[in-house]
Amino acid sequence: MSILHTVNKSTYERDTLEACVRLAAKGGSVLLIEDGVYSAMSGGNKSSVIENAKGDLSFYVLGPDIKARGLSEDRLIDGIKVIDYKGFVELTVSNDTVSAWL
Amino acid sequence: MKISIQVSEGPYNHEASVTAINYVKAALEAGHEIFRVFFYHDGVNNGTKFATPPQDDMNIQKTWSELAAAHNIDLVVCVAAAQRRGIVDQGEMERNKKDGMNIMDGFRISGLGQLIEAGIESDRLVVFGD
Amino acid sequence: MSDAKKFMYINRKAPYGTIYAWESLEVVLIGAAFDQEVSLAFVDDGVYQLMKGQDTSEVGIKNFSPTYSALGDYDVNKIYIEKESLEARGLTLDDLQHLVWEDEDEDWAEKDSIRVVTSAELAELFDTQDIVLSF
Repeated sequence: MSILHTVNKSTYERDTLEACVRLAAKGGSVLLIEDGVYSAMSGGNKSSVIENAKGDLSFYVLGPDIKARGLSEDRLIDGIKVIDYKGFVELTVSNDTVSAWL
Repeated sequence: MKISIQVSEGPYNHEASVTAINYVKAALEAGHEIFRVFFYHDGVNNGTKFATPPQDDMNIQKTWSELAAAHNIDLVVCVAAAQRRGIVDQGEMERNKKDGMNIMDGFRISGLGQLIEAGIESDRLVVFGD
Repeated sequence: MSDAKKFMYINRKAPYGTIYAWESLEVVLIGAAFDQEVSLAFVDDGVYQLMKGQDTSEVGIKNFSPTYSALGDYDVNKIYIEKESLEARGLTLDDLQHLVWEDEDEDWAEKDSIRVVTSAELAELFDTQDIVLSF
């Protein structure tokens, strides 16, 4: 079984991503959407949340939400893949279950 | 693949409804079936026809309605959540003696069992909320 | 039971500050009628939902905490509490309601519904679910 986890909160405001990473089994995928995309930026004092977990989990970020917020793909943490809504749907299909961390 | 959606936040206050709409459009384009969209918590406010957003803003309720009409999608508003928040259809208007109704075309009000059934009947259930 | 799906409800939010805890419980109660394999997990501030001694009389919001003790009657008897979340909040199991169910197969013996599990155990459990609903 594999789970696609979605996280829509900035890790600078809420601990949702920390909870997801703590409770996600190895091999799962994490998609950052909405304000969750702020957590994907490198060089912040919370970037370590993803840096420390990216060996066990695959991280994705929703491109349209990055663009909407004026964030640059160049500054994403290494290893995070940018996908669009089509890619979101594909991840839903390729995993067995979707778990939204609200 | 058969996919169902739960929307747990109202339109405008939170991006959840818009993300759900974009997701549904992408899923349909990829050839998947949207079995049902279930609106819960403040998400029931996606189903009012009384909203008048500014011209240059997205009309979220109308977008749902048009998607439903074009692709025959079952849009279900939770009755318990709707009663708390004043989303009313013909049946609810008569049952609870209200002097009007505000349900948007393409939406229907039904029970929480519809969410569980969507989970059982669909291959995936994707939740959008806060 | 082979057709039954595994439903997991993850509760991460405290009661009263927002309505999610109560409306989540409404889903669980309705869902119980569908004969699926249901479990509940309480993590992060969700553990506060089960605090003993809730009294909303001076606030005026409905006190729904007694409803948790009825879950056993609905055959909802797999209730997982994350150990790390409890400890992080300075709580122990004694701070929470004692939830039980009666086992029909063992002459209605009363059994505990709550199991305290580690993050790692919970992660494994999530991985076996068909449907994960989080509130």
